[in-house]
Parts: sequence; structure tokens; C-alpha cells
Amino acid sequence: MAYSDKVVDHFNNPRNMGSFKKDEEGVGTGMVGAPECGDVMKLQIKVQNDTIVDAKFKTFGCGSAIASSSLATEWLKGKTIEEAQKIKNTDIVQELNLPPVKIHCSVLAEDAIKAALADYQKKSDGVLTDAK
Amino acid sequence: MKLPIFLDNHSTTPMDPRVLETMLPYFVEKFGNAASRNHAFGWAAEEAVENARKQIAKLIKADPKEIVFTSGATESDNLAIKGVLEMYKEKGDHIITSSTEHRAVLDTVKSLEGRGKATATYLSVDKFGTVNPEDVRNAITEKTILISVMLANNEIGTVNPVKEIGKIAKEKGILFHCDATQGVGKIPVDVQDMGIDLMSFSGHKMYGPKGVGALYVRKKNPRVRIVAQMDGGGHERGMRSGTLPVPLIVGFGKACELCEQEMTKDTARLIAMRDRLEASIMKALEESYLNGHPTNRLPGNLNISFAYVEGESLLMGMKDIALSSGSACTSATLEPSYVLRALGVGTELAHSSIRFGLGRFNTDDEIDYTIKKVIEIVTKLREMSPLYEMAKEGVDLKSVQWAAH
Repeated sequence: MAYSDKVVDHFNNPRNMGSFKKDEEGVGTGMVGAPECGDVMKLQIKVQNDTIVDAKFKTFGCGSAIASSSLATEWLKGKTIEEAQKIKNTDIVQELNLPPVKIHCSVLAEDAIKAALADYQKKSDGVLTDAK
Repeated sequence: MKLPIFLDNHSTTPMDPRVLETMLPYFVEKFGNAASRNHAFGWAAEEAVENARKQIAKLIKADPKEIVFTSGATESDNLAIKGVLEMYKEKGDHIITSSTEHRAVLDTVKSLEGRGKATATYLSVDKFGTVNPEDVRNAITEKTILISVMLANNEIGTVNPVKEIGKIAKEKGILFHCDATQGVGKIPVDVQDMGIDLMSFSGHKMYGPKGVGALYVRKKNPRVRIVAQMDGGGHERGMRSGTLPVPLIVGFGKACELCEQEMTKDTARLIAMRDRLEASIMKALEESYLNGHPTNRLPGNLNISFAYVEGESLLMGMKDIALSSGSACTSATLEPSYVLRALGVGTELAHSSIRFGLGRFNTDDEIDYTIKKVIEIVTKLREMSPLYEMAKEGVDLKSVQWAAH
């Protein structure tokens, strides 16, 4: 199967690969997928004043899964929480030119974004509750 | 050294230039139909075919009359299994085969089963992928008419105890078909000694042309009969109609002759290169697991799972080396390798497997390059893998509740 140039580029030069400490303030972590299915994505965001100031990923999966998560981190940076919620898997499919068999990689990336946002919100709610 | 490097010799092999040379006259000058009995064009073609038949028979210790030309191993498997089942249906309809057979055998058996024309037992294999001959014996029923077990597996290279299985088949008076596509030309094959009654093999797996294969059909003790699956002019003693592809057959014959002459030399070279590849990779990369039998496997085969990284991404990272993977992402079915699963390899490790297939034309330089690349890409992808990170942190990945999708 031939990969699009963008997939190859993200695969060869992954953006924002790495990890934040999970318990660091303002960090939300999403981990989706399963090893038996052949792909696991970990996506992390760092939020300050409702804006995502940094994002990181680590992915176990095929080239398209790696590219989808790499692209997701690029898109997340600089967005507000509300804007980030609006990222759709179809946007990723379009940007990376993913073939039909690889659409699940983009779905996984959207799930990872949602999971990271939810984790952040859960944690920040917790902080507020504690403050009270 | 030229890139890309071809290390996928189980899928096909490059044709030996010496094979091409013998084929060339049979396209334009000696183009006759081997079935034309009344003129020189036909005689020349027939002579070439019969010469090739001898070369092929010699490699497997058969009689030339026992070689039936087909389009390849898939057709041979179909012809053997369907042909025997149809011929001997009064005797029974039970087939014994193994779970790691090539799809050409498995799907043929399943298709017969699905149409109510056969019943089948699929033997499981041990952790190295070997069929236990005693399992074959125990699976035999009054209705069993055919045992079909492969010589060597196409993914993991494990060589089955075919001779023992042949003995049991003989003892019980059951026909034994062996898909020897990966083995013929690579390891010694003797249909007499191994007790094989029908055997499939193919030209393009042994440096010959694509589009030609053979089915060995035993003529004596017992005389095996099959029902043709292709009707027509009654070629190949009525077992396979269709004008013989003379240039392909000539090439196939030459390829067999070369394999016979060079097997000892090729084997020694391949094992030395393969073992070096294996040792260097295993030494440099922790949690790399060999799939298949540690010693009893094809000389050019090496199948390794690299924990925490996915196979397709490994292939993508080594795009100047032609390899294959058991990962679901590389298969048409989106399921990880059924062969590795049959060995008890976990799904996640099946996704992480790479098959190296070395052949006659690989060089030491290519192996050096491959070793370097494999270590580089596995290391890079592990750095990128959340599973590797978790394992390093001491998390037991089996205890994690994954959201399967």
C-alpha cells in the first residue's frame, strides 16, 4: 500500500513525540486502543488558562496511526478546550489522505483527543473541588 | 550494494539468470505445442518438456511420469485435494490437515466442507509450529481418505516430520498429500523415503519462473488416481488439460537442476547469513522473540516478534528492505497471522512480527545493512511506543484494562 507524503512525513519526523508527567498540573492524558488490536495511542495535553499550550503523543501502531496522533498534537497546540472538542476524525482523514482501511486510525486519534480532554476536565474539576 | 534489498524470498524468488537463458529459445524460435505429434515444432517442444520433467523428478527422487504440470502450487493443492476426494468418495470423505497450512490447502478443504463434500480435522501444532505425527494417527477414522500436511511453513519455516507422517499414512492405507512449496529446492526431498503420495510445489519459489508448478502423483505402491479439475484436451495423462507452457516448464526444470546442484552450497551460505542476522538482532534488542522452530526450519527463514512495536510501522521504517509481517495491518483480512496464533503467540506479538526470507542472491553486505536498520527502527519505534514506556515503568501490560475496539 502506498502512503501519502504527509503520512510518511509524520512517520519519519513525528511532531511532539514524548510524554508529560501524568500528575503534572494542567496535564490531561488519554490512552485509547488495545495491544491485541495492534494500536494504542497515548495523547497528552498541557492546559493553561483554558488554552492547550503543549501536546505530546506516543503511539504503538501502524504508520497511519502514528501520523494521525502526530497530526493531532500539532492541531491541538494553541486551541482552547472548546475548539479542541471540535476536531473530527474526518478532518484527519482528509489532511493525511488516509485510505478506507486506515480510517480507524483517525477514529482512534479523535478518541484519544476526547479522552485527554475528559481527563483534564476531570482533574481540574477535582482541583476546584479540593480548593473549596 | 543496491537498494532496495529483497529479503522476502518466501513470497517469491528472483529468477536465476541461468534459468532465463534456457527459457529464451522457447518463446520465438521453438514455440511449438508439445502436444503436436506430427511435426518438428511439436517434437522440439515435447523434448524440452520431457527433459524438464526429468530434471524436476530427479530433484524429488520421483519418476518423470509422476510429474503433472500445473500453473503453480495453489492449483496443485486444489487438484490433489479435490481430485482425491472426488475419486475416492466411496471410501470416505474425511481429510486430516493442520491449522498452519497455506491458505491454498486450508481454503480448499474449507470450501469442500462448506459444500458438504468433505469433513475435516485441523490438527493443532506445538509452540514451534510442528505437527505431531501421533496426532495424525489419533485423528484417523474409518472415513479418512487423505492426510494433507505441509513440508515447511511459509511464515515460520518450521519443517514438519513428514517422513513419520508418511509412515503412518502407509500403515493405515491413507493417501498423503504434502504441500512442499517452501521446501522443494531448499531442503532434500525424497518422495520415496518420505512416503509422500501427492506433492505440490512451484517454480517461482526456487528461482524459476512464475506461473508454473507441479503435482507429484505416485504411480506405484499405491497407484494414486485423481479426478481432473480441468477438462479439455486430456494433457498430462488426463489429469490436467491445457496446452503446456513450454518456456515456463523449461525454466522450472532448469531451476530444479540448479537447486539440486547447488543445495549444499546455498544451504551453508544461507544458514551462516541467517544465523548472523538472528544473533546480531537478538543481542542488540531485548524482548525480541523467535517464532518457529529454533533449529528445525528452512535455511533462509527468520521470523521475529519485536515486543511493543507494530509490524507495519516496522516495515514502513525499513522501506528500502523488502520484508513481510504477520501484523493485521499488512493482511487483507485485517487479522494478525493465523500461523503465529496457532503457535500460541499472543495477538500483540503477532502484530509485532517480521519475516526475513533470505535467498540465493542475498549478500553479506545486505545482511549487515539489514541488521543496522532493524536495530535503528525498532529502537526508534520503541521510544515512540506507549507500551514500551509502560513496561519500562514496571506496569504489567496484561493487567491493564484496554478499551478494545
